[in-house]
Formats: sequence, structure tokens, C-alpha cells
Amino acid sequence: MGNAAIEVSGLVKTYHLGDVLVEALKGVDLSIPSGEFLAVMGPSGSGKSTLMNILGCLDRPTAGTYRLDGEEVAGLSRDGRAILRRSRIGFVFQGFNLLSRLNAMENVELPMIYDGTPAPTRRERALSALASVGLAGRAHHLPSQLSGGQQQRVAIARAIVNTPALILADEPTGNLDSATSEEIMGIFQRLNDERGITMVLVTHEPDIALFAKRVIRFLDGRMIEDRPVVSRSRPPAPRETAG
Amino acid sequence: MNLYSAGKVAFRSLRANKMRSILTMLGMIIGVAAVIIMVAIGEGANQRISAQIASVGSNLLLVLPGSTTSGGLRSGFGGAPTLTMADARAVGKELSSVRAASPTMRSTGPVVYGNQNWSTILQGAAPEFLEMREWKVVSGRNFTAQETDAASKVCLLGQTVSDFLFGIEDPVGKIVRIKRSPFTVVGILDRKGQSPQGQDQDDVVVLPITTMQKKLSGSAHVGAVGVIMVQAVDGDRVKEAERQVIELLRQRHRIGQGGTDDFSVRNLSEMLALAESATRIMSLLLGGIASVSLLVGGIGIMNIMLVSVTERTREIGIRMAVGARERDILSQFLIEAVILALTGGAVGIVLGAGGAVLTSQFAGWTTVISPAAVVLAFGFSAAVGVFFGFYPARKASRMDPIEALRYE
Repeated sequence: MGNAAIEVSGLVKTYHLGDVLVEALKGVDLSIPSGEFLAVMGPSGSGKSTLMNILGCLDRPTAGTYRLDGEEVAGLSRDGRAILRRSRIGFVFQGFNLLSRLNAMENVELPMIYDGTPAPTRRERALSALASVGLAGRAHHLPSQLSGGQQQRVAIARAIVNTPALILADEPTGNLDSATSEEIMGIFQRLNDERGITMVLVTHEPDIALFAKRVIRFLDGRMIEDRPVVSRSRPPAPRETAG
Repeated sequence: MNLYSAGKVAFRSLRANKMRSILTMLGMIIGVAAVIIMVAIGEGANQRISAQIASVGSNLLLVLPGSTTSGGLRSGFGGAPTLTMADARAVGKELSSVRAASPTMRSTGPVVYGNQNWSTILQGAAPEFLEMREWKVVSGRNFTAQETDAASKVCLLGQTVSDFLFGIEDPVGKIVRIKRSPFTVVGILDRKGQSPQGQDQDDVVVLPITTMQKKLSGSAHVGAVGVIMVQAVDGDRVKEAERQVIELLRQRHRIGQGGTDDFSVRNLSEMLALAESATRIMSLLLGGIASVSLLVGGIGIMNIMLVSVTERTREIGIRMAVGARERDILSQFLIEAVILALTGGAVGIVLGAGGAVLTSQFAGWTTVISPAAVVLAFGFSAAVGVFFGFYPARKASRMDPIEALRYE
């Protein structure tokens, strides 16, 4: 695939906060090729969350274009974006965002409920996604019965269950200790290496950003830095009963 | 998302808040139960009126002998014997709008069989009388015109009289004594039940009016009759019959212009129709009042659904992020509301039916649970669910996923 997975140009996003006009993004050009592992850094209010929302098709830019695998998506309707999210994009959040009443497997099944996948297929794919993040034995646990790292792995399983081309992770290690953070980053790297899923990761922590292949930095709605990661971090050898 | 998955999701979230769901349903339960009971009571009252109409006979007029001044005393209608057999015959034969007419006479007296005796109403009538009152002979036969002309000593017994005098014995062909004269029982009348005034209509002996005049009453006015019962050809011509009867009798009694009638005509069907429309208004009113509680139940559902949508803002955000469309969220909450309403409705129907049965047992009212009312109540509950669930569901479906995800 020669063309870039994500092609963003002249991206502008403005909000009205009361009477004040806030310019969250002031013209961002960014190209993320397929199979990239990108870390987005910057202080709060720098516009990185806004960028993530637009890349995740949760929000629309005020101006500019956004091509996802060559398809212009900035102008899609709400439902069009919903369909795109469930088929092409996986989300991982800082707060896990699992539904507390559903067990791990049912949480992972959630994206497939909305695209009409028949129940037996849903079950099978959910279990295999859970197995790929090392949670095969926890399928019937509720989120409250799982540790933070395990919950985040359920969330990752949910993000990959529909075989997306892109995973957007918004500070996925923000609520986790450093050992667990490294494990989670290891999973991301593995998904990126083995399945070629494009990863975009927002983080505050420089050592977490070192797990990526490329780091960009935002300040006041502009991209101020874009550099490759020279010496990539790798997680320590996996522990069997980790988490 | 298909309906089955949506239903499962909705059902789970209702189960997660059991107490709240049950309390919300309670509004619907009470509303639907009230509607079912009220409609059952109204329907029962209607049926009772209809049964009474049927028991009296349809399209009937009563001609009562009128008041006359005698010796300074004005007796009321029916007080003076101004109607005759000849009048009855003329009314029955000469008028186009009249199907049949029967002269009648009533008195009371003891009826004796063996060592049993029973004091009852003696009803003198023409053979047409039974047919006019839609009164069947269940055993034996009616008396004939010949028997009437010959003033034969034959009679028909009402069920009550038959029961008291004969018990399980078959009375047909037996001889009873009425005021000491022997009468042959030729038939037994069908059970009629209570009259609109609450009298036992089966406590009666029917015999030819001629026999009654000649053999039983020592009346001074020979040939005089009590009430003439008139049946119009059909329901549309009752008014016409009334007019014709009045005209004919005025002519026959030689009452000039401006003279006072010495008889009066009562329209029985009209009185009952009036009673019927009164009960209909009554039952509409009852149903209307009960519907208000259904409305209150619906508002309860809306209220809880709004709370639930707000509480679950984050869940909505997550569902949207993983790809739920507006209509997926909308249907999820709408189905929840409909499940609440329908479950409440179903329980309400059962309780309402039970309540109606209890009402008829303890209060002694006739209640009728019509399938139409049940279907209507169920359909109405679903409609309440959709109507009151729509606004909260739409509110949920219109949320901004980013805001919803940020909601604490």
C-alpha cells in the first residue's frame, strides 16, 4: 500500500465557549502512512485531544480535509461516521470505558452488536480477541472483578475485534502503573508489528512515547515537532500471569 | 442492531434497576387495571339493561286506562276501567303500524295443587301476549284463540310458581285450583328473571283474559280490561304506532277536539333506551377517569426514562464510539420504555380482570371483560410506551459522543 492511511491537511477546529471563540486546531497537516505507530504529545489544551476526536470520526473539522485510506471522511453524516467507527477504527481510552454491567466477553462483542454479526460469530470472535490480549480465562468476569491492566486489555480486545485499520489510544496508560503500562504498550506494538494496524497514541509520558515509531508534538493548536523515534523501547519479556 | 439484541440489551438494563423498573411499571399496572375494571363494570351494566329490554319485549307500547272523575275523587292512570276488549281488538286489527295487541288484566290470588298453595300474580292475556313479550313456553303449549274465545279454564305457570307447587314433578296436564276453580296446566313458561323494577317475573300464572273476566273477577265492568299491550311492526314505527293508537282510541271513545284522553300510552322501549344511553355515558365516564391514571403511568415512564438517559450518558457515549448509530440508541431506549409499559399493561390486565371478578362477587354487580377491552388495553399500553418513551430516547440518540464520553 503506497498511499497513506491518514492524510490530513489544513485542519482547523474552532469552538464557541460562551462568547469566546477557541481555536483548538489552527491548520494541521499530517500524513500517517499505513502501519505507522505514532505518538502525539503536548500539554493539555494543545489540541491533541481535538485531533484525536477528528481522527476517530467522533467530531468534524471546521475546515480542512481528512482522508482515511483515500476516502474523504470530513463531510460524513453522523450515521456515516458511526459506521466508519465500528468497521475501521478502534478506540482505547484512559478510563477504559467498559460497560460495568457486561462481562469481558460482552464488552468485546459490543461493536459487533451494531453491525448485525450473528451471535455465535460474535462470541467466537470476542473470545479470540480476548485470547490475543492474554485474557482467555477471564471472558466471564465483570470489569469490577478485573485489575486496571486487565480492564485495559479488554478494551483493546474490543478495539481490535472488528479488525480495524486504525487504533486510536487516548492516554491508554494514564491510569496504570509503569510495569502494566509497559505490558499494554507491548500489546500495541505486537498488534502494530503482526497485524499492521496503524496506531495513534496520545500520551503525556515521554518514556511511553518511546514505544512508538514516530513522535509529533503539539502546542497551541499547531504541530511543532515531528521526528522518528531513534531507539525504540520494547517491553520486558512477557510474564505469564501478568496484570 | 436487530430487534432481538436490542430487546436483550433493554431487558438487561431494566433488570439492573429492578426496584425502579417495578415502581415505574406500577403506574401502568394501576392505570390499565383501573381501565379494565371500569370498562368491565360499564359493559356489565350495559348488558343488564340489554337483557332487561329483551325480557320486556321489543317495540312495546302500553295503553293504560285513564283517569276519570268519579265522585270527586280523581284516581290515577289505571284507576278506571275505560279500556275494553273491543278496544284491544280494534288496535290489533285496524292499525297499519301495529303488529299485535293483547288486552291484559292482573290480579292476585292463591293457586293450590294438592296440599301446596302459593299466592301469586294472575295475568290474564290474549294468546299473542307471550310472543310479544318474547316469552317462550319450555314445556307444554300456549293457550289458543279458541280457548280464549271459550273462556276455557287453562293456564300457564311461571317457573317460580311451578317450582313451589310442583317441585320436580311435571305440572303439564295437572289440575290446579285458582280461587277454587279447577284449571288445567297446559304449559310452563321460560325463566325471565327480574324485571327492571326488581320483581320476580316468573312468579306468575298466565291465563286467557276472558276466563279471568268471567270466572275469576267479580268485576262490575264486564268486558273491561286492564292494560292493552301493543307491539309496533318494527323499531322505527313505534312513534307512529303510538300516534295511531291515540287517534283510534280517541275516535272510539268519542273524545272531541280539546277533550282529555281517558287513557294514556307509555312507550316502554323509549324508557329503556334512555336507561341504556345513561349507562353508556356512565361507562364512558368511568373509562375516561381510568384513562387519566394510564396517562399518569405514561408520564411516570417518561420521567424514569429521562433519569435513566442522564445516568447512562457515558454508556451512550461508549456505544456511540464503538459504532452505534442514532437509531440504535433510539431503539434501545424506546424498547426499554415499551417493555416497561407492556409488562405493566399485561400485569394490569390480569389484576383488572381479577378485580372485576371480585367486584361482581362482592358488590354483586354484573361485570363483563370483553376481549376487545383487553386487546385495546394492551395496545394502548404499547402506545403509551412509544409515546412517552420517544422523547427520552431521542434525547439519548442526539447526544454528542465526545460530550457523552466525558460525562462523569
